[in-house]
Amino acid sequence: MYKISTGSSIMHCPVLLESRSRLKAQMETSVVAAAPDYFTRTRVSRNVNMEKLQNNYLFPEISSRELEHMKKYPHAKLISLGIGDTTEPLPEIVALSMANYARCLSTPEGYKGYGLEQGNKELRKAIAETLYKDLQIKDTEVFISDGSQSEISRLQLLLGSKVTIAVQDPSFPAYIDSGVIMGQTGEFDHASGRYQKIEYMKCGPENNFFPDLHETSRTDIIFFCSPNNPTGQAASREQLEQLVEFAQENGSIIVYDSAYAAFVSDESPRSIYEIPGARKVAIEVSSFSKIAGFTGVRLGWTVVPDELLYSDGFPVLHDFNRIICTCFNGASNVAQAGGLACLSPEGLTAVYSAVDHYKENARILVDSFTSLGLRVYGGVNAPYVWVHFPGSKSWDVFSEILEKTHVTTVPGSGFGPGGEEFIRVTAFGRRDNILEASRRMKSLLS
Amino acid sequence: MHCIQHNPSTTSLSSSASSIHGQNKFSDIRTQSISVRGRDGGRSMIKCIATSSSEKTAYKTQVSRNENLAKLQAGYLFPEIARRRAAHLLKYPDAHVISLGIGDTTEPIPQVITTAMAERSRALSTVKGYSGYGAEQGEKPLRAAIASNFYADVGIEEDDIFVSDGAKSDISRLQVLFGSKVTMAVQDPSYPAYVDSSVIMGQTGQFQKDVEKYGKIEYMRCNPENGFFPDLSKVFRTDIIFFCSPNNPTGSAASREQLIKLVQFAKDNGSIIVYDSAYAMYVSENKPRSIFEIPGAKEVAIEVSSFSKYAGFTGVRLGWTVIPKELLYSDGFPVAKDFNRIVCTAFNGASNIAQAGGLACLSPEGIKAMQDVVGFYKENTQIIMDTFNSLGFKVYGGTNAPYVWVHFPGQSSWDVFNEILEKTHVVTTPGSGFGPGGEGFIRVSAFGNRNNVLEACSRFKQLYK
Repeated sequence: MYKISTGSSIMHCPVLLESRSRLKAQMETSVVAAAPDYFTRTRVSRNVNMEKLQNNYLFPEISSRELEHMKKYPHAKLISLGIGDTTEPLPEIVALSMANYARCLSTPEGYKGYGLEQGNKELRKAIAETLYKDLQIKDTEVFISDGSQSEISRLQLLLGSKVTIAVQDPSFPAYIDSGVIMGQTGEFDHASGRYQKIEYMKCGPENNFFPDLHETSRTDIIFFCSPNNPTGQAASREQLEQLVEFAQENGSIIVYDSAYAAFVSDESPRSIYEIPGARKVAIEVSSFSKIAGFTGVRLGWTVVPDELLYSDGFPVLHDFNRIICTCFNGASNVAQAGGLACLSPEGLTAVYSAVDHYKENARILVDSFTSLGLRVYGGVNAPYVWVHFPGSKSWDVFSEILEKTHVTTVPGSGFGPGGEEFIRVTAFGRRDNILEASRRMKSLLS
Repeated sequence: MHCIQHNPSTTSLSSSASSIHGQNKFSDIRTQSISVRGRDGGRSMIKCIATSSSEKTAYKTQVSRNENLAKLQAGYLFPEIARRRAAHLLKYPDAHVISLGIGDTTEPIPQVITTAMAERSRALSTVKGYSGYGAEQGEKPLRAAIASNFYADVGIEEDDIFVSDGAKSDISRLQVLFGSKVTMAVQDPSYPAYVDSSVIMGQTGQFQKDVEKYGKIEYMRCNPENGFFPDLSKVFRTDIIFFCSPNNPTGSAASREQLIKLVQFAKDNGSIIVYDSAYAMYVSENKPRSIFEIPGAKEVAIEVSSFSKYAGFTGVRLGWTVIPKELLYSDGFPVAKDFNRIVCTAFNGASNIAQAGGLACLSPEGIKAMQDVVGFYKENTQIIMDTFNSLGFKVYGGTNAPYVWVHFPGQSSWDVFNEILEKTHVVTTPGSGFGPGGEGFIRVSAFGNRNNVLEACSRFKQLYK
């Protein structure tokens, strides 16, 4: 049985969709057969790949735990060092450029309709010239996105269900989850905490957070994030040379996530293309989110070099372009205007000062945890601090910290079995919150 | 290094070198001569020539190309139209080319909307106004405004609404949701993203050149003979049915009776309708604007829509998808739950600035402004329809949509497209780009500034008088 719902809300705007009363009258008088219960379900089978997914995506899960906690302790001052959400306002020059661009859209001269799916030419050039200076990346190899998370899934759509993938363990969950959704994996194995058919490359203190490539089986695709989310580790030049060589030997494609490149403090490479030969084996995905606070504005980019070829010689770039033109319609033009402002000299100075703010936060957190005698990793080249609680279950540590200090973190096992015993603390936050959170941790853990 | 055996009986070295190296001058090439013993014991001189890094020595990965991408026949339709336009401009640099091809909006966005976006942008530079990640499903006030403005009397609620960066992205996200094993039906002709995304997801077979259709897709012919509504008695069951009304490209809007039949058909077959209502605000006649006006639709339909053609948001990027709670897979699992998972994993929300614009669109002032914009394009449509009617053509669509579908019986639509472009410098879209059912038709879009539309029409009159 299904009933016709006759909404009780008053139409605020009678003209918008015309004759609501006519519509209501029609619905009330039309003859509707009562249907038996079994018609309520469609006969469309649920996508088996969706069934394979074990839980909610990690970060909405953290959010709902926060919400539950806030209901339980409505007067507590919750500090979120869980989801890596930026907190510092946008630089004025960037915000103003977007505001002006938006206003111009109301003028005949300034109005723009569809942009190129690959992105605004000026922005592509600015990225190539400013962020890949001396690395011979052409503007035609830069594709503007609405952020890495969307782009990772578009890359998976490009690569298809038959490729095999390797990920670092622990890693940003979108690589694995998008792989499961695309049908690249087998079932989840509860004993090991891993999806079958994915090659997990353990990264821990014992191997300096760089996988032992001798122990790694060949896969078509290797996801590699550096500086790393969640461990905060940046791979060295030597390590990346090994990775590129490994990819060359195996004919694999590296999908290199450089979203945190701006946080590098030492000599660690900021782009995979600093490594000779990388153009033939690597795609690089990056984002304005953590550089410019664009987590809500939504802007990123992907580099697909001309030389990157499939086994039959077909350029990956051509197929990626087809995906972009078919499954996407470009990043918001207003966001792109903001991106261009970020890359101006004044813009760069402003965004890097926000990056410095977060790096200082990271330093404070590293000091706090270290002073408690804990083994602390990351925090130098990335806005994440990776704290070791040997012998623990990370969800238990997460819960205890949340319960007793009202601070949200992220349990390491949410990033893969290699994250068990670790907690990720983000350095994104207002300075006073970071200091307060540090104080609370010290009193809990000392 | 590439080695060429130098043998007097073969063609001379320099010519073979240039055929191998293309543009490289022979004198630029480093050469070394070495002596090599051949199989017969004799010796030959081998010249070793350094080649450019491309061609034969190009490094290839060992990753196989996705065979689904290989199935696609050509580039996506609209970039192809853009290429032809660009080529035409090169050929006639002084021509005043008028674009009535790609359905790209031209009228500036009403100020009430851009002011809201400008304010949101500025607010992002303040401590109080800054926001980072938004809810992946969209900002609550916007979802609520969409529900109350478009779906108030059909029982669709705020949490059934998922805000997107436009219908095109969501169509692909829906395909990722459904997976490769579903079967799908499309109208023929139809907006190319449904078919192309289906091919990419691996739902289809190979393209069959003789019929110009992909294997495994059910093409539902829509033509003047059937009033642009498919004869459902001839349509095989598929899991998913894509249906766009008002229709792109034919401009036809399905009647209430027709949509009742469609919903019944979906119910009988246990199918899911993906209903594209991007042009709903263009409806003038007494036709439904949402599939959910049809009783029972909530158990069988998803609706996709967009601010693109109402608010000129083609570049700003904002739309929405409705998935009712009542829509269930065969095992009873709610489709919305899986879509939510997709949206949280494969997406990170529409731009907050675009969403601020969307909210302003749905204020009373914003709605009035959008209606004015829609009204303007509808006037354009009328002008185009009148022109082709006056020239004696059979003209369809236009009344409930910003597209005019003109019949050129017995002609190849690409030929007509080319002739129109060559002789009038007006870009249109050939009907066959939308499927074999579009052959013999041209789509003329009504997005353009008034002068351009009038000018284009006077050129049509010249050509076809």
